[in-house]
Amino acid sequence: MTARRTGLRRLLREFTGEARWDDYLERCARDGVEPATRREFERHRAEQVAHAPMARCC
Amino acid sequence: MSTLTAPPPGRLRTILVWGTVALVGAVCWSVLALARGEEVSALWILFAALSSYAIAYRFYSRFIARRVLKLDNTRATPAERLDNGVDYEVTDRRVLFGHHFAAIAGAGPLVGPVLAAQMGYLPGTIWIIVGVIAAGAVQDMVVMFFSMRRDGKSLGQMVREEIGVVGGTAALIAVFAIMIIILAVLSLVVVNALAESPWGVFSITLTIPIALFMGFYLRYIRPGRVMEATAIGVVLLLLAIVGGGYVEQLGLESALTISKEHLVIGLVVYGFVASILPVWMLLTPRDYLSTFMKIGVILLLAVGLVVAAPVLQADAVTSFATDGDGPVFSGKLFPFVFITIACGALSGFHALISSGTTPKMIAKEGQVRMIGYGGMLMESFVAISALIAAVVIDQGLYYAMNAPAGATGGTVQGAAQFVSSLGFTISPETLQAAADSIEEETLVSRTGGAPTLAFGLSQVFSEAFGGGLQAFWYHFAIMFEALFILTAVDAGTRVGRFMLQDTVGNFWPKFGDVSWRPAAWTASAVTVGLWGYMLYVGVTDPLGGINQLFPLFGIANQLLAAIALTLCVTLFLKHGWLKWVWVPGIPLAWDLVVTMTASYQKIFSDNPAIGYFAQASRFRDAREAGEVLAPASNDADMGTIITNSTTNGVLQTIFALLVIIIVANAVLIWVRAIRAGSLPTTEVPHTESTIVAPADFIPTAEEKKAVAAWEAERDAERERAGSTR
Repeated sequence: MTARRTGLRRLLREFTGEARWDDYLERCARDGVEPATRREFERHRAEQVAHAPMARCC
Repeated sequence: MSTLTAPPPGRLRTILVWGTVALVGAVCWSVLALARGEEVSALWILFAALSSYAIAYRFYSRFIARRVLKLDNTRATPAERLDNGVDYEVTDRRVLFGHHFAAIAGAGPLVGPVLAAQMGYLPGTIWIIVGVIAAGAVQDMVVMFFSMRRDGKSLGQMVREEIGVVGGTAALIAVFAIMIIILAVLSLVVVNALAESPWGVFSITLTIPIALFMGFYLRYIRPGRVMEATAIGVVLLLLAIVGGGYVEQLGLESALTISKEHLVIGLVVYGFVASILPVWMLLTPRDYLSTFMKIGVILLLAVGLVVAAPVLQADAVTSFATDGDGPVFSGKLFPFVFITIACGALSGFHALISSGTTPKMIAKEGQVRMIGYGGMLMESFVAISALIAAVVIDQGLYYAMNAPAGATGGTVQGAAQFVSSLGFTISPETLQAAADSIEEETLVSRTGGAPTLAFGLSQVFSEAFGGGLQAFWYHFAIMFEALFILTAVDAGTRVGRFMLQDTVGNFWPKFGDVSWRPAAWTASAVTVGLWGYMLYVGVTDPLGGINQLFPLFGIANQLLAAIALTLCVTLFLKHGWLKWVWVPGIPLAWDLVVTMTASYQKIFSDNPAIGYFAQASRFRDAREAGEVLAPASNDADMGTIITNSTTNGVLQTIFALLVIIIVANAVLIWVRAIRAGSLPTTEVPHTESTIVAPADFIPTAEEKKAVAAWEAERDAERERAGSTR
């Protein structure tokens, strides 16, 4: 469990945001809910990102 | 009572390690300070920086964390309390460090140090290192701390709530205006790097279809596979750079040789379209590319410099530092080195990221030190690398590249002549050979810093990695600088648009709706129009846009730092931490002295090389007398100079006045707070934290144990919850 949470792959996936999908699947499995498709999930994420200003400095 | 005993072995090792680091630092600094007229390796600068950073991080940032701010790991962070999976989200400290670094670092630390190299290598080196340790990293860390204690409020919000409505309104205007200038100057750097460079235009233009492809890939082909898409993107990016070498064979050379004026139009149109397109199409994928390149470039710089170990070509301190008559920018070492190098030493813009975005994602309070202070040290390292790249190239070439076209006439002969008038030598043939080596038409008056940096890096990388790939490395460096800048322009335009919509939305709520197209388009157009105008001013200025606008950019950025540090001092006093107020107070005092001196000189100096208004009136007088003064070549040029210099002077005055208003408003609060001992602030009350996470890059043994125990407990809880369902 610990290894999965702190492994390099997990870190990279957290860095790119892909880990959110892993977490979502895990949450659905735990709650016994049928997960949405990856496409629907990513659309939803993109919608959230669109409404947050992304600050980038010089 | 106590007897003298030997320290325990762990402590002894610590003393030994840090003693060694201190010794390395001391030796490096001594060499830099004492070496004159002999060959000095650039590695002395690199290691002076690294050992100073290490010591500052270990001791000063720890002191700030423990004694001053008293970071409290029992206190739940906003990410823990308000976790919504969108903006508030508990994030692994290493991941957040990467995100924060990618957000604060861009082309700024790559450009300023290159320009400041006209003063020699020593002033820039000292300012970058001392500045970051005592001011820049402190600002980032303290602002992050205060924002974290206030649920991630933005700088503007905190100024309004903690200082007052007057200061808050001034801060809002200042932040917006300063952002416009920063976007304009960054765009100017790109325009100067790409003008008349078909290879550069080819590769940079291709980043747009590459980003679009990634966007569609992530939405339709393989939704969410970011690593995959980024890997494809990076490969395509490298191919685009290589492909640029074949523009001549492809018959695209004349089509891609674009004048500065046309590039401005292209960039403005691009900026507008990018800010109204859905973010998934262009912004998000371009940001993945840019982030990947930022981290890759850092590693490349570190390895390249150590392997190549170049020798410094510049003097430690040049005569321009004392005489103030340098061709790259005018003015003496004080205050102008401290203005020219903002990013990498003290950058006010970071306060916008250290408040707002990053603090909403911090898992534990203790991590503010690593992310805030550590992140800024890393940016400073980028600045030091850029400085090295500029001072290891032939200094005749450096001045030929960085003197405005008005001085060199744009020809190799003119440049050689001008450079010799400065006391350096370079032959027209050598100048042409340098341009040929990187397959550019010319290197004369390629101002803006980016071409110089790219040339320096191409020299370092081709020496370090071999293969005679100098032209590739030059265009690789141009590519990543342009990529960073375009990402900042995209994002900055969007932030500006949101700020405008939010402000107007106070009076006309409908306009504040970010998904209402007419409002979004109008606000975007206004933002792009403003920076586009300033960009045009820079590009058409016969006096040289960089020479004229870069000081404005540096002053603006550090005036923003003055606002951030003023807020920090205010909060220190309101919390009753008078004893520690020097921590943000000394950087604030220094920053105010520097920016106000520079502003004063830019506004009131009667030397036309420095004062904007003196400049305008000199050309106005000449024009009325029917004369044409160099570098203007006709009456229209004279008019342009008069308009531009007046515009710059007015902007400079407005910036300085806004900061004076904010500081004056804050001083009232300071007096009240000191008299009362302390004043109430908007800090949210203590809530017990349940998260366990390490504080620093490398977890201690106890931290590892605590994290393992906590995770086991959490898993057990989940099991129980699962089985009862």
